Amino acid sequence: MVGIKSYGAYIPRYRMNHNTIFTAVGFLGTFPPPGESAVANHDEDTLSMAVAAGTDCLGAMKREAVDGLYLATTSQPYMVRQNSDLVATALDLQSDIRTADFMGSAKSGTTALLSAVDAVKGEMLSNILVCASDCRLSKPGSPQESLYGDGAAALLVGSDDVIATIEGSYSVSYDFPDRWRASGEKFEHAWEDRFIRDSGYRQFVMEVISGLLKRYNLNIKDFAKIVYPGLYAREHGAIAKRLGADPGQLQDTLLSTVGDTGSASPLMMLVAALEDAKPGDKILVTSFGNGGDALFFQVTEKIGNITGRRAVKKHLNSKKELTSYEKYLAFRNLAPMDLGMRGEISIRTPMSALFRERKVILSLCGSKCKKCGTPQYPYQRVCVNPDCGAIDQMEDYRFSDKKGVVFTYTGDNLAASIDPPSVYGLVDFDGGGRFWFDFTDCDLDSVKVGMPLEMTFRRRYVDESSGVHGYSWKATPIRA
Amino acid sequence: MAEGIKDKVAIIGMGCTKFGELWDKSAEDLMVDAFKECVEDAGIEKKDINAAWFGVHFEEQSVGKGATPLSLTLKLPFIPVTRTENFCATATEAFRGACYGVASGAYDIALALGVEKLKDTGYGGLPGGPGLLGTKNALVMPKLTAPGAFAMMATRYFAVYGLKPEEGKRMLAKVSAKSHYNGARNPKAHLRREVTEDQIINAPIIAWPLGLFDCCGVSDGAAAVIVTRADMAKKFRPDPIHVKALQIALSSGEELMYTKWDGAHVETGYRAGMLAYKEAGVKNPREEISMAEVHDCFSITEAVTMEDLQFSPRGKVKEDIEAGRFNHDGSQPIQPDGGLKCFGHPIGASGLRMLYEMYKQLQGKAQLPERQIKSPKLGLTHNMGGFPAMNIVSVAIVGL
Repeated sequence: MVGIKSYGAYIPRYRMNHNTIFTAVGFLGTFPPPGESAVANHDEDTLSMAVAAGTDCLGAMKREAVDGLYLATTSQPYMVRQNSDLVATALDLQSDIRTADFMGSAKSGTTALLSAVDAVKGEMLSNILVCASDCRLSKPGSPQESLYGDGAAALLVGSDDVIATIEGSYSVSYDFPDRWRASGEKFEHAWEDRFIRDSGYRQFVMEVISGLLKRYNLNIKDFAKIVYPGLYAREHGAIAKRLGADPGQLQDTLLSTVGDTGSASPLMMLVAALEDAKPGDKILVTSFGNGGDALFFQVTEKIGNITGRRAVKKHLNSKKELTSYEKYLAFRNLAPMDLGMRGEISIRTPMSALFRERKVILSLCGSKCKKCGTPQYPYQRVCVNPDCGAIDQMEDYRFSDKKGVVFTYTGDNLAASIDPPSVYGLVDFDGGGRFWFDFTDCDLDSVKVGMPLEMTFRRRYVDESSGVHGYSWKATPIRA
Repeated sequence: MAEGIKDKVAIIGMGCTKFGELWDKSAEDLMVDAFKECVEDAGIEKKDINAAWFGVHFEEQSVGKGATPLSLTLKLPFIPVTRTENFCATATEAFRGACYGVASGAYDIALALGVEKLKDTGYGGLPGGPGLLGTKNALVMPKLTAPGAFAMMATRYFAVYGLKPEEGKRMLAKVSAKSHYNGARNPKAHLRREVTEDQIINAPIIAWPLGLFDCCGVSDGAAAVIVTRADMAKKFRPDPIHVKALQIALSSGEELMYTKWDGAHVETGYRAGMLAYKEAGVKNPREEISMAEVHDCFSITEAVTMEDLQFSPRGKVKEDIEAGRFNHDGSQPIQPDGGLKCFGHPIGASGLRMLYEMYKQLQGKAQLPERQIKSPKLGLTHNMGGFPAMNIVSVAIVGL
């Protein structure tokens, strides 16, 4: 049976209360919806969040078994240079895999999931990791600024040990011009909200769900959980009523806690539904964006096998409020900050070196000496253990999934940073190995020698002159 | 067993510019200034010099690559000139080249000159840039600065020896206050004002736990030395200073990538010290080394260096600092000239600037009577380049 084998998600640590936005730019006429949105840190973007969700989803599973990676997003950093390849490299997946970017619509998450299902059903691939992630840039003061949130979900699609089987799907497609962003543009445009709500959202969600129910001869009451995005809170409830669904069947939209996460939205809601699911539950998942997809899952006995995921629940509870709207603007480079002349020294990535060292830089792989067993980062040809020193006796050793502790640290006010002080330090990895890394998502006052850490893939810099978005791994306090 | 360099080479002349933010001096001006004082002190002429070594670190900031900046500036007449660069030990490396040149018998008289023009960057601190440590490091290392890298050693020292931050900062403040006291009395120093411990402790944090006064200055400067074979030295002057030891040690990578290093000392400092003591025949450095100029790029660096060089037992430097052992009137004065703290640290010049102080003190010629240390026997200079987790340390010992 083909279906979902594992799930994971990622929600950034920072949340911004919609009132913070309203206080700053409310004069522009926006009226904020209640609640808060998840906002990516300055070193996070679509790809870093996709990697985090993928890491959560894969857990301790063998990465060698993954033979496909699909990335769904509407906020990809690269137009040319496939984003899914970068995510696959960061996850240290094999190179003989199929990768694809699904872009351009908020329904791309479910479309990627359906494409993965097709490939596994067609027996072309056996384990496809589907990551859906969005970190959309909203124009300051726009309605999207309070509506959108940043987040990612990941699902592993396969045919053995599935926790939820895919039972069917139904899709509709319309060239619905509710939102658009032309090539080269920074911000989305949107047509009037009432048009989007009445001619799009209500119509398409109803149409695609009704179509699925009809195709598989189902009743809406058959579903334990019904997932569809909640762009308009009141309309979300009204649709349920029209469908004949009980409010208790509706999966929380995360609208007032995370925000609308675009391509990731339906998959994050599905992940949250799976976190609470029991064997036998039927789950209906619907996306909205230029039409929509509806998918129908049935939860299996194996659901209990998936443990230790942070998924939606744990990430939701692990948060810190971003109280400064100005800081948010700086994080998004919407208020160009003076980093001083030191900060102007550009980094120009030698692409040939980046490719040659991709295992070290993007996959956080070092080496382990076959003679003395010492793990070392970066990859060394000569063993660093002074009592060993063996040459060319190394095997690859992945550090990205190892935890560690703070050996030492500082908070540096001289280093150019959008969020000073720059916190960094030396990390001693569990099982051996030591190196220095930037720390992120942590407050200087909370860092202590000996504090446990984990590794997180982050955007290191954006060099606008060369168009390069550079990435590397940082250390971060273990997220509860 | 190699016999080492002890007493084979003598210093017969030195020169050192005033250090500071010398907006009206180019690197070339500084080279000429240091050279002029140096040859006058040695009583020789340019034509007597057989070979030269030239130290500069951030060549892009000032003179450009290679050794021609020295030969062209000083109009050296087609003699061999070699450029050295080895982080903060750059000047000591130039000195090492000159010493080995005359010790080998290849040359009779050699010049070493170090220069650095740091103040043309437009910002405080050392020139940065991700490329300084090579392509791969630029893409994986944190975007660290020198204060941050050394602050991590302070964090670690406090943790290993159980010092509360306020105790640790108080200890470090005493280190800087002592150097400011000395620097205030030195006309060649950049920063010439005394500061109190409380001013130091309450100064803005640069990289926690290090504040502004825990960091050395950033300045321009140059220094030069003329060496000759020891058996010829008395022909030039009655009071030549003899080289007793010259050693360097470099990180093997185990501090940064293996997990044995405690992070509260500099392994290379200990190793280079041991090598130098062996070469010089020093058995008890705490008693035998009369004075030292060590690499106090940051207060914590000086503190751990006291332990690395065995002036203080491991973990016990606080007691010696509190007892005033390293003060100008203490039993083992450290940074009698004010150190990097007050001179700033023009990388390519610092090692020779330190040597200049030892040379003058040993000759009894410190500019002002109150600066003169009473009858010193052995002086030590120490440079540490790079970061505590990966670096080079040089140690030189000189005496009468």
